Amino acid sequence: MNENFKKALFDYLLWMGDTTLVLGHRISEWCGHGPILEEDIALTNIALDLLGQARMYLTYAGEVEGKGRTEDDLAYLRDVMDYKNSLLVEQPNGDFAFTIVRQFLFTAFSYHLQDALLSSSDERIRSIAEKAIKEVTYHLRHSSDWVTRLGDGTEESHQKVQDALNEAWMFTDDLFAMLPGDKLLMDEKIIPDFKIIRRKWNDTIKGVIEGAALKLPTETYMMNGGREAKHTEHLGYILADMQFLQRAYPGAKW
Amino acid sequence: MNTKEQIWSFLDEVMDPEIPVLSVRDLGIIRNVETDAAGTTVTITPTYTGCPATHIIEEDIRSKLKEKGVANFTIKTNISPAWTTDWISEEGRKKLKIYGIAPPEESTPDKSLVSNKPKVVHCPRCHSANTDMVSFFGSTPCKALYTCRDCKEPFDYFKCL
Repeated sequence: MNENFKKALFDYLLWMGDTTLVLGHRISEWCGHGPILEEDIALTNIALDLLGQARMYLTYAGEVEGKGRTEDDLAYLRDVMDYKNSLLVEQPNGDFAFTIVRQFLFTAFSYHLQDALLSSSDERIRSIAEKAIKEVTYHLRHSSDWVTRLGDGTEESHQKVQDALNEAWMFTDDLFAMLPGDKLLMDEKIIPDFKIIRRKWNDTIKGVIEGAALKLPTETYMMNGGREAKHTEHLGYILADMQFLQRAYPGAKW
Repeated sequence: MNTKEQIWSFLDEVMDPEIPVLSVRDLGIIRNVETDAAGTTVTITPTYTGCPATHIIEEDIRSKLKEKGVANFTIKTNISPAWTTDWISEEGRKKLKIYGIAPPEESTPDKSLVSNKPKVVHCPRCHSANTDMVSFFGSTPCKALYTCRDCKEPFDYFKCL
């Protein structure tokens, strides 16, 4: 494996690992605070699935890098400027409507990406996708159902979910950002072209949003930079919380 | 040295920590058992990627094999091909039902994104088809919450994966 290729694969895996890890951490913050018991359980279940996916990506990233870093080293011992997650997932939970909309926009993307990765030429990425798509299918159904219920619900729930959509929209471009190195991975048929994923994503979210009597936002200002580690201020607080133990007691083991 | 059959029978005694009536063999998470001169290799697969029970199961298998005096064994984890609820044995399905958990009704999740009509799940207690889904997500990653409209009993459904 030449160095450029290795770096490209490592960057790609880190992005997937960091994105699922940060979103998993975000929604785990709902544990004990869900609006109803079933929803509390649903969100924590989804958090667990995302954490499981993050572990597979980060473990593989560490192996590709070849410097002996484990999933835990990558999760706990990197700071903000080394995290590559998409900006959408680090945004604070806000109200339940925002949490659901953030989840919906990400999950529709993840669903189409994993679906494409089922035919990746990289065996490891393919097997992660085989496992993940089964879980993501349930997650997409969960958030789509909520967008429908809230959008088509009371005047207040409709307004809240529409506001959430408008607010989250500027982070959607960043989900589809590709780095120059991704070209190498695309040439080897390891990852798909995100332009195709974006088209599918658009069809999926449009169907649900319009079906819920909501409007697709027309705001055009887009914030980018997650994969280049240019983050919003919120990521630092998540890491401070998540990494506290390993920072205070280096090398502590469970 | 232990034979493959012996190892399988030992694994039959290791119960799932969340559903203690099912052995790890019933659950279908033992992918393979290999024995050769170098020792024994047991390959397992997780049900859900983040399932915290996976780690416990590995530890339970380890202590069972030690207790039985199996020398030189390794436990490997393999995620491909992905586990599906089809791997649960017939015996396992019967045990689930008696335990009060409705066994999976079909093999793969329904791909329709918004589920207006969830599939029919039978109540494990009174067998009525008049049941409602309360939530896709239940007490563990592999279960959904249902309630029976006839006998009024809430129950877990082992969801299809």
